[in-house]
Amino acid sequence: MTGTAPIPPITGSVTLAVPVDRAFEVFTGSVNSWWPQQYHIGRAEVAEIVLEPQVGGRWYERGVDGSECDWGRVLLWKPPARLVFTWQINGSWQFDPDPEHASEIEARFTASGPQESVVEVEHRHFERLVGGQAIHGAINGGGGWAQLLDGFAKTVADQG
Amino acid sequence: MGLLGDPSRRAIFEMLARRPCSVQELADELPISRPAVSQHLKVLRESGLVVSRAEGTRRIYQLNPEGVTALRAWLDGVWSDALTTFHKIAEGPGPRP
Repeated sequence: MTGTAPIPPITGSVTLAVPVDRAFEVFTGSVNSWWPQQYHIGRAEVAEIVLEPQVGGRWYERGVDGSECDWGRVLLWKPPARLVFTWQINGSWQFDPDPEHASEIEARFTASGPQESVVEVEHRHFERLVGGQAIHGAINGGGGWAQLLDGFAKTVADQG
Repeated sequence: MGLLGDPSRRAIFEMLARRPCSVQELADELPISRPAVSQHLKVLRESGLVVSRAEGTRRIYQLNPEGVTALRAWLDGVWSDALTTFHKIAEGPGPRP
């Protein structure tokens, strides 16, 4: 109800030399293998990233210390063609449980041949996330941002 | 490549996430020239990630306090990396544990 202007979605697509079933299976069943683990929200290093395979399923990270940090929920589960799930980490880098404040990610899987598929991803509705001034406090208070980016910078340096 | 795909630009972004800085402060800590820092700041400002204000004779840069804009930029980099890795894994030899 804020009347916030739309923020452009993030889109991406990949063409794969594998059947569409396999593309869906890897995308949903092995998130842990392809999500870059240097990108995380929780304070602990990531042990595992999970997307539960059903409508209402959770999408979350589990830290090496056993702590869990929710990212969102599965809204639509149509193997092997479509998947919609939410991203509910807001501008303050916190999970916001209100579904009205959820951005969403749609992944579409299309067979372009018997052994070829196209996966398109769209992350949209960023304007629904609550951000505003909160991030400012987080930055200046040395909270989530600074910590997250410290970890991120370290990873980049280690790889350098 | 997203806006933060360039390592120098990302380093500037990360420094500004910790505290507001002038061009000179950024150039002092990074292995790139002051004109290069200015050029990256120009791109970051035009994309709305970074804002600036005058402080005496200096100009101080900081992340745009509208957090969602910065979050989106971060996610842009995440998705770019994630899909590259996904491509590799999906075409790889078999399911991974």
